[in-house]
Amino acid sequence: MIEMAEVKDPRDGVQIDLISAERMTGLTSMEKIRMILDGVRDGNIVILEEGLSPDEESRLIEVTMTEISPDEFTGLEIETYPRSEAADASFLDRLMGKQSAQKLTVIGPANQIETLHKDETLIQTLVSRR
Amino acid sequence: MGLLTDLRSSIARAASTLFSEEDPKRIGIYGPPNAGKTTLANRIARDWTEHGDAIGPESHVPHETRRARRKEDVEIERDGKTVTIDIVDTPGVTTKVDYTEFLDHDMEKEDAVRRSREATEGVAEAMHWLREDVDGVVYVLDSATDPFTQVNTMLIGIIESQDLPVLILANKIDLEESSVKRIRDAFPQHETIPLSALEGDNMDEVYDKIAEYFG
Repeated sequence: MIEMAEVKDPRDGVQIDLISAERMTGLTSMEKIRMILDGVRDGNIVILEEGLSPDEESRLIEVTMTEISPDEFTGLEIETYPRSEAADASFLDRLMGKQSAQKLTVIGPANQIETLHKDETLIQTLVSRR
Repeated sequence: MGLLTDLRSSIARAASTLFSEEDPKRIGIYGPPNAGKTTLANRIARDWTEHGDAIGPESHVPHETRRARRKEDVEIERDGKTVTIDIVDTPGVTTKVDYTEFLDHDMEKEDAVRRSREATEGVAEAMHWLREDVDGVVYVLDSATDPFTQVNTMLIGIIESQDLPVLILANKIDLEESSVKRIRDAFPQHETIPLSALEGDNMDEVYDKIAEYFG
C-alpha cells in the first residue's frame, strides 16, 4: 500500500493530498478507494488528477456507506465537473477504453467541505477545519 | 428432411423460450433522496396492478425508503399492446448520511441513529442493484431543486457506462419553483419528461415513454 506522510495536527490547517494520475495507475479499484477513504477519514482533502471510472465511483459510494458511523464519520463530499466525458465519447473512443479518462476530482469529509457553486466549467468549494 | 426441419424448429422454439423477450425487464427507479421515487412507484402500482397495492410508504423525511422494493409483473397497456415490467423502488442515493439531520424531524436520537444506519445500508444496496440487477433506469429528479449535484452527475455517468436505457423524469411540476428546463439543460443527452407523481399530472406521457424505452 502507498505510504503517505504523517498527518499533521488539524489545528495547523487542512491537509490537501494532490494525487497524480501516475500514482493511481497500477492500483486496483479497491486500493484506490481505500487510499481515498483513508485520507478523507483523516480529515484530508483528496484531489485526484484524473478521477475515478464510473464503476469505481459506484463502489466508492458503496464502501463509504458501510463506513459511516454516528458521531464519527458522516460520509464524503465529492466534486467533479457535471458532464462525464463518457457521454461525449464516440463508440471508437469507448472501445479503446478512452471513457475512463475522467476529470479532476475533489473529495473531502462531508462535514468539512461544502459546495458553493457548480456548473459545467467551475466548481467553488468551501473547506473548513474540523 | 422433414425430421431435420422439425428438429430445427423445435430448437428455435426452445431458444426463443430461453431468450424470451416476454421476460419482464427490471426497471430501477433511481434518484437522490426526496425526489418522489416512492410516490411514482406507488402511482404506477396503483394504476396498473390488480389490487393497486402501494410499494412503500411516502414521506417528506429523507431516506423513508431504506430497502429496495420490487413489484413484479406490472402490466402497462399502451396502444392496444401490453408491456410487462418489474419495478424496483430504490433508496435515494447519497454520499453522506448524518443522523443529526433526522433530529430536525422530531426524531429521538436512538431512532435517528437507527434510521441513518438503515439508510446507509439501503444506499449500498441500491448501488449493488444498479451494477448487477436492473435492465433499465427511470431517473427521478425534483424539478424544484438544482439538478447540478454530484450524486446526479455520478449516477447518470454510472448508468451511461453500463449502457442501460434511462428515462429522466422531472417530478414535482406542481410546485411553483419547478423548472423542467433546468433539468433538460443539465442532462441534454437524455430525454426528460415532466410530471407530478403526487398529482398524477402528465402520467400518460410517462407511460408512453416507459413502454417505448423498456417495452
